[in-house]
Amino acid sequence: MAELLLQANNVAKHFGGVKALRDVSLSMRKGEIYGLIGPNGAGKTTFFNCLTGLYIPDGGGFVFDGKALLADAPHQAAERGIARTFQNIRLFGNMTALENVMVGRHVRTKAGVFGAMLQSAATRAEEAAIKQRAMDLLHYVRIEERADDLAKNLSYGDQRRLEIARALATEPKLLCLDEPAAGMNHTETEELRELIDGIRRDGTTILLIEHDVKLVMGLCDRVAVLDYGALVIEDVPAVVQKDQRVIEAYLGA
Amino acid sequence: MNKFLNPRSVFGITLIAVALLALPFVAAMGGQAWVRILNFAILYVFLALGLNIVVGFAGLLDLGYIAFYAVGAYTYALLASPHFGLHWPFWVILPIGAVVACFFGVILGSPTLKLRGDYLAIVTLGFGEIVRIFMNNLNAPINITNGAQGITLIDPVTIGSLKFSNTTQFLGISFSGPQKYYYLLLALALLVIVINLRLQNSRIGRAWQAIREDEIAAKAVGINTRNLKLLAFAMGASFGGVAGGVFSAMQGFVSPESFSLIESIMILAMVVLGGMGHIPGVILGAVLLSILPEALRYGVGPIQVALFGKTLVDPESLRMLIFGLALVLVMRFKPAGLWPSPERKRELQDAGARNG
Repeated sequence: MAELLLQANNVAKHFGGVKALRDVSLSMRKGEIYGLIGPNGAGKTTFFNCLTGLYIPDGGGFVFDGKALLADAPHQAAERGIARTFQNIRLFGNMTALENVMVGRHVRTKAGVFGAMLQSAATRAEEAAIKQRAMDLLHYVRIEERADDLAKNLSYGDQRRLEIARALATEPKLLCLDEPAAGMNHTETEELRELIDGIRRDGTTILLIEHDVKLVMGLCDRVAVLDYGALVIEDVPAVVQKDQRVIEAYLGA
Repeated sequence: MNKFLNPRSVFGITLIAVALLALPFVAAMGGQAWVRILNFAILYVFLALGLNIVVGFAGLLDLGYIAFYAVGAYTYALLASPHFGLHWPFWVILPIGAVVACFFGVILGSPTLKLRGDYLAIVTLGFGEIVRIFMNNLNAPINITNGAQGITLIDPVTIGSLKFSNTTQFLGISFSGPQKYYYLLLALALLVIVINLRLQNSRIGRAWQAIREDEIAAKAVGINTRNLKLLAFAMGASFGGVAGGVFSAMQGFVSPESFSLIESIMILAMVVLGGMGHIPGVILGAVLLSILPEALRYGVGPIQVALFGKTLVDPESLRMLIFGLALVLVMRFKPAGLWPSPERKRELQDAGARNG
């Protein structure tokens, strides 16, 4: 059995009386594509937000790469190696595509105010490296010809790709994708599948929230199903697809 | 770098440099008062570029910026005047002023980290007033600031044996006090312009811009938004502190009156009117807004006499009326500022196209 990358232990989150997550425990192995599915409002995005530090869980916690994750510290989650994209794309709209990815390098670089003011050799070298790496990543997600366009002027599919490139710029161990195929047509989804598969082959573990069941079942090594904030099952796609509770909760609908 | 080396650019830069160097002598033909107006224009460029770091780069609306200017001015005044009998040299006090103002920047910044937009504006506005009122009342039980009377007889800038308060002969040309301050201010302004430009295109500058665009996404890519916002406040405040020190030395007198809310608003207006976040625009805004009221002060009266044979409207009220009208017109017809950055211009055009 492969080494564990992430363990969620009894993660709970409620908003007022609504229990968005009820003691969810799951575990991700290094190098797999892990799908998280469930009907609308099942708690998938809440789980993402707890994991990436945007929400503080009311109970439980995460162990990532052998060490506990701090709650309420999104920038530290990124530093530890968790990157994410958003369901409703969140790019820096008035910055160019290239600049968006360059911002992603922030956490792996260190030039400070004085370096910038003095333009020391180290700062200039780092700046050149940031730019080079950002260009490489734009090439990797195949939008390098849009490098100098403002992010908000990119097509929908390209914006999704740019968000993935920005997340990859932080050199994540775990890449969390929140409904990356939402609103995409068949061809675009097919291209996305290739991209995700490629990212995994290059060594990044992927957590995928997705509504497109066909995409999830075809791409993921293991799948977890959430319903009303509780974990229904966590297993390989073939088993999950045949599970009676899953069919009732989700697939049957 | 290469674009600066072609002959046309070299010629243009030389021309601007010569014009800037000759300017105080041209202005002196109209009297030393005009040199002082020029000096204040450059001082405002300095202040506006400091505020631009907070408002333009990091997108934090700060209505109390003048407080840092006040802190810098009083730091200089207390350490170089007969008030406490201290007469430290100017190049020692200026960095101290920057550090003290920076400290106040962090004090203002830390409780306001979670606030945005209007709410932040209200808190910073209050902060500016608190500082001014403190200056006004810190004369009892221990007399620190000398209250509303302010501090007088502040030492002028002195470098070696060169005193900035009197006229000096150099290479057969006589330099008046204000003219010397002009060159000092010009050097400082160039420094702050270079720092602004370099910060903007750096890792830190990009992080600020990212926070301005989308704070949650900025956090998600690992930007420590708390520290970077504090850094913006601290840097902006330091520039305000340095400007305050120079102001103190140049005037020889400070009192709380110089640091009223209207001053904060004027500096913010310079940033917004010129083109928020765009360095040439901010410079233009600062120069225009500091010179225009003065030009009107000297121009409005004589023009009325020339046109109507007598003074119809009190020049002082007419001056502010024209000034206010000019501000309204600029914002109506150039909402992105007089000289916006190309991105910001597009941004507003897009918004207009969607709404219209």
